[in-house]
Amino acid sequence: MTDDKDVLRDVWFGRIPTCFTLYQDEITEREAEPYYLLLPRVSYLTLVTDKVKKHFQKVMRQEDISEIWFEYEGTPLKWHYPIGLLFDLLASSSALPWNITVHFKSFPEKDLLHCPSKDAIEAHFMSCMKEADALKHKSQVINEMQKKDHKQLWMGLQNDRFDQFWAINRKLMEYPAEENGFRYIPFRIYQTTTERPFIQKLFRPVAADGQLHTLGDLLKEVCPSAIDPEDRVSLCRSGWSAVVRSRLTATSTSEFK
Amino acid sequence: MPNSVLWAVDLFGRVYTLSTAGQYWELCKDSQLEFKRVSATTQCCWGIACDNQVYVYVCASDVPIRRREEAYENQRWNPVGGFCEKLLLSDRWAWSDVSGLQHRPLDGVALPSPHWEWESDWYVDENFGGEPTEKGGWTYAIDFPATYTRDKKWNSCVRRRKWIRYRRYKSRDIWAKIPSKDDPKELPDPFNDLSVGGWEITEEPVGRLSVWAVSLQGKVWYREDVSHSNPEGSSWSLLDTPGEVVQISCGPHDLLWATLWEGQALVREGINRSNPKGSSWSVVEPPGSENGVMHVSVGVNVVWAVTKDQKVWFRRGVNSHNPCGTSWIEMVWGIGCEDRAVYFRQGVTPSELSGKTWKAIVVARECDRSHSGSSSSLLSAGCFFGDEVRGSGESAPSDTDASSEVERPGPGQPLPAEPLDDSKNPTGSSASGPGAGRTAEDTTEDACPAEGSRAAGPDTHPGPAPTPAELPWTNIDLKEPKKVPSHSAAGFPETTSLSSLGLLPLGLEEPYGVDDHPLWAWVSGGGCVVEACAMPRWFTVQAGLSPSVQTLSLSITPAQTAAWRKQIFQQLTERTKRELENFRHYEQAVEQSVWVKTGALQWWCDWKPHKWVDVRVALEQFTGHDGARDSILFIYYVVHEEKKYAHIFLNEVVALVPVLNETKHSFALYTPERTRQRWPVRLAAATEQDMNDWLALLSLSCCESRKVQGRPSPQAIWSITCKGDIFVSEPSPDLEAHEHPLPCDQMFWRQIGGHLRMVEANSQGVVWGIGYDHTAWVYTGGYGGGCFQGLASSTSNIYTQSDVKCVHIYENQRWNPVTGYTSRGLPTDRYMWSDASGLQECTKAGTKPPSLQWAWVSDWFVDFSVPGGTDQEGWQYASDFPASYHGSKTMKDFVRRRCWARKCKLVTSGPWLEVPPITLRDVSIIPESPDAERSGHSIALWAISDKGDVLCRLGVSALNPAGSSWLHVGTDQPFASISIGACYQVWAVARDGSAFYRGSVYPSQPAGNLWYRQGITPSYPQGSSWEHVSNNVCRVSVGPLDQVWVIANKVQGSHSLSRGTVCHRTGVQPHEPKGHGWDYGIGGGWDHISVRANATRAPRSSSQEQEPSAPPEAHGPVCC
Repeated sequence: MTDDKDVLRDVWFGRIPTCFTLYQDEITEREAEPYYLLLPRVSYLTLVTDKVKKHFQKVMRQEDISEIWFEYEGTPLKWHYPIGLLFDLLASSSALPWNITVHFKSFPEKDLLHCPSKDAIEAHFMSCMKEADALKHKSQVINEMQKKDHKQLWMGLQNDRFDQFWAINRKLMEYPAEENGFRYIPFRIYQTTTERPFIQKLFRPVAADGQLHTLGDLLKEVCPSAIDPEDRVSLCRSGWSAVVRSRLTATSTSEFK
Repeated sequence: MPNSVLWAVDLFGRVYTLSTAGQYWELCKDSQLEFKRVSATTQCCWGIACDNQVYVYVCASDVPIRRREEAYENQRWNPVGGFCEKLLLSDRWAWSDVSGLQHRPLDGVALPSPHWEWESDWYVDENFGGEPTEKGGWTYAIDFPATYTRDKKWNSCVRRRKWIRYRRYKSRDIWAKIPSKDDPKELPDPFNDLSVGGWEITEEPVGRLSVWAVSLQGKVWYREDVSHSNPEGSSWSLLDTPGEVVQISCGPHDLLWATLWEGQALVREGINRSNPKGSSWSVVEPPGSENGVMHVSVGVNVVWAVTKDQKVWFRRGVNSHNPCGTSWIEMVWGIGCEDRAVYFRQGVTPSELSGKTWKAIVVARECDRSHSGSSSSLLSAGCFFGDEVRGSGESAPSDTDASSEVERPGPGQPLPAEPLDDSKNPTGSSASGPGAGRTAEDTTEDACPAEGSRAAGPDTHPGPAPTPAELPWTNIDLKEPKKVPSHSAAGFPETTSLSSLGLLPLGLEEPYGVDDHPLWAWVSGGGCVVEACAMPRWFTVQAGLSPSVQTLSLSITPAQTAAWRKQIFQQLTERTKRELENFRHYEQAVEQSVWVKTGALQWWCDWKPHKWVDVRVALEQFTGHDGARDSILFIYYVVHEEKKYAHIFLNEVVALVPVLNETKHSFALYTPERTRQRWPVRLAAATEQDMNDWLALLSLSCCESRKVQGRPSPQAIWSITCKGDIFVSEPSPDLEAHEHPLPCDQMFWRQIGGHLRMVEANSQGVVWGIGYDHTAWVYTGGYGGGCFQGLASSTSNIYTQSDVKCVHIYENQRWNPVTGYTSRGLPTDRYMWSDASGLQECTKAGTKPPSLQWAWVSDWFVDFSVPGGTDQEGWQYASDFPASYHGSKTMKDFVRRRCWARKCKLVTSGPWLEVPPITLRDVSIIPESPDAERSGHSIALWAISDKGDVLCRLGVSALNPAGSSWLHVGTDQPFASISIGACYQVWAVARDGSAFYRGSVYPSQPAGNLWYRQGITPSYPQGSSWEHVSNNVCRVSVGPLDQVWVIANKVQGSHSLSRGTVCHRTGVQPHEPKGHGWDYGIGGGWDHISVRANATRAPRSSSQEQEPSAPPEAHGPVCC
């Protein structure tokens, strides 16, 4: 028997094997070895790369070090995108491990946001959670939570503690029994092929005739091109929740990535 | 919530039912007759058909309605021929009733009506007072009016024996005609209106109803002796009325209102338990002098009326003490409507009996298509149905329904000034959930009646002579349908709402085109229970929803098996494999760290002054080197201004038990050490939410550290605490080992959501439970529920569960020479309002439900069913307070008491589905031997209904644990307890204490074989060896390995005696079935245990092969 919980666990514990190499133009005192790491899909790059930073800083002079940033095949990696999203969007067809280049110079101001500290990540993460709950429950649930609950969500993510995170997050995923689902399904659809960074629309989980919507219905409505199997779609619902809970049914593998 | 049905009659007299779980109106199974009027209760429906005869429709059930006829054969000894039928002249009849006063030959006992049939022939009752008699069933005495004994003595001059024959009511699921009341010498006076109610007045006899009818001549009739076992009643009796009555409405309790031809309302006074017919009438004037009351409808505490000017009125201040109420309030604003739909009144709450809005109920009729072509008139009458919403949840005890119907004359008729437009039609406007507005304090059940308003003033029409098809009380000729009044009524039982009547001429034939919707003439919701928490689909969903959405199948089909779910999981697994398989040696980006959850709780101090102290707590979770998770709970406290802490390793915790009481949200935490001491760690949270969070988290941590998850195994041991909480423990193989079994205090118990009084399991995973309200529940295979939400709960197979129990308090009085019994006692007396012991003061106002989970659902009522009997007012007398009470006053009695009860209800959730409709007292499932082949063979499951019937469930298997239907096994007397052994032997204990044994029964022929007696052993054939503990044992369960487990009271611990402790008999061996000692396990409030599923043999114990000679289980009857 499979349970939602099993799916949630598998989603949470998704890992991407990654090889970090220092950009060739960075000045080092001795040769920088590549660094190998299993990155959690459900997290942010700058949150889980302390080890990478430390590793490369050892071989560099202090004065050459400024804010760290990452790039894959020439594309700067936005730290405020979930790691799994970045990988699926840019690199899922390439061989593993995922080769990421590490930079300490020439921060691409045009492409990336600065990430001065973990507080910035927390702020971004919490705003995503709040946005999602605004769609799901008119923000009622998240606003009723205490500060410590918010903190527990964040700490759960930061420490990669599934139970800790879900002990709070389940409240965000519930809806009254008399309703058939959330008010709206929080989702974003990211595509490489378009200029728009992502598609986001109001979408109710239940159709006017009372039928529950599936993921296929959602794609058909907001992103018909995704139905074409040629296009690569990466679907990531803000709030880190897996697709399953929303009673959307995955229609094909590629969409579910 | 059990299904219940709403009854309705359409324009053509067809009767339809709508189940609360259903989606369609269903045509009544027996559709031969056309009806004008129906009035329903949960178990039956009375109606007046178009032939003006009264019919009753008794719903079929698996348990037959049987009545026992008895006759006594009397004999006297004479010196010549011994005992013979020749009696003295002064003696009784040779064949008589029990008193000997009535002549009663066997062939003279006739069936009361054609709706009964004999079940078998006469036979002699061999059982006398729970013991077998001498051959032939004779009992002996010195002379006739004397005490009979089983044994024949030298001075036994007379003897008698009892003959028994059962008759069975056969007319179920059909309309059975009630013999007409008419005396052939008088002109016929057909019935015109009918109302059924009064089921709340008394439980004695079971299923008692008040059936009231009004005849065309305006007389009121009462049907005598209507009850469950006599559904037809015995005769009509006439009641005098001050005027000509046209319509009547009877509430579920003691309200009875009628309307007079002149427009006043009549109220029956003096209805009570001993006099359900009431004593007198009083007249209530209509709200306005020119517009009389046309129709009334009553509920438990409410009365609605419709006046001749089509206004709807609500009567203020109506209750049992003042059935007339105080004043009228105008309620509704021209409910004109043309769609003749069924409406219900929304927003009726205990605090606001009058409700908020009308809501239409739109449900497709099952066979709509076939009817759509018929020419029904668009007759424009609207039928409003107001329904009650039952306060579920916490506080709201009752609901109301109201229904009303309005009818407008056919087009072309002059319309009275009534709005036709839809805007006047106040349908479904209020969105406020009916449950929302409930207030907890309310005490009464209220019902909101339904009403009908009518559009055409009846008095403006010429009233031709009544014809049979005409509307009852208005005397309007059917051929002029324009003037048809409509009415509605509603009544509600505590749990039901009844609504009622609108009436349309049956033969209406105005072909106003084709209508897709049925045109309703009358509805009756007397049997319809609607709870706020579980509204029927048809309240909220518009017609047209596919029926597949709604029905819950009792056979358990896990939703998880849905293909897409599996597919997702499979794809995820593949992804994980692809991305991780070759890279497992990579370093993790985030090291697993320690996680700490902190919070503030209260802790019960083990030392003086023994009180709750505020503490900080922290739960530290860490991952060991082997990847296993473990947790420690720290409790930081201050004693004598010194900071200290205590800690508990969660892998040592054996049980977490919520201990909810009136004020605290607390829970108890047991370790093996604490279990032995009978002294758990007790913690309390500030709010229920907080407690549930901690409980769920701690429970999850415990389960994780013990690697227990998912549904319990089929072998699991189930138990119930005295609070109704359900616990389950996975038996380890060495639990039943002969050498060094696992000590009971090491067993880990985890909680499963739900609320039950008892639970029984077998090793095929079939688990049944019985709630405090005797509802039967079957385990669905889920886990979690209740306070275990989210990750601690399975996502499917969790359903809402509710339970109802009574809280009892005692009113105590002392006699004094001047004023008689008063509530002024001696200074040394107990409280005048107390608990059963007299030690605690319990007033009506001050007594709260047992915990915060419970909410009152009724008002206080006198409980007449206390042991020892009561007088008419429920009093029990005694010479002084701590004494034995008896039911009638004697010269020596100086004190008296009576028991008051109040129902409270709890709503929770858990992996349980109701097995309707029969409520149970006991259940037993066959224990499977460990070697039984695990095929889908059917499993024997026997039960005792709460009426004492013996039942066998058919079709029970591991795949369908709920089974399909009950098979009733006829017995001579009511039973209390049952147990089935491994070889299909069934043991049962009758209410009089005798034990019966039923020879081998097989599922294929469960009704086979005969009773034979196996000696009189009230509890356990080996009772003697139990004597030394039997005082304290309150429940015993014997498993398939002969293992014996009991729940014992007064088990010694280091701190206190504890009640309700789980004990395991040690040393039970084939040659020594009694065992030699007890091993004590978890305790402090356990009530029930079932080990019958545990067939997990210890590896070394292979010696038990032959079946035990002792009965495999004795259970229940061992009382403390």
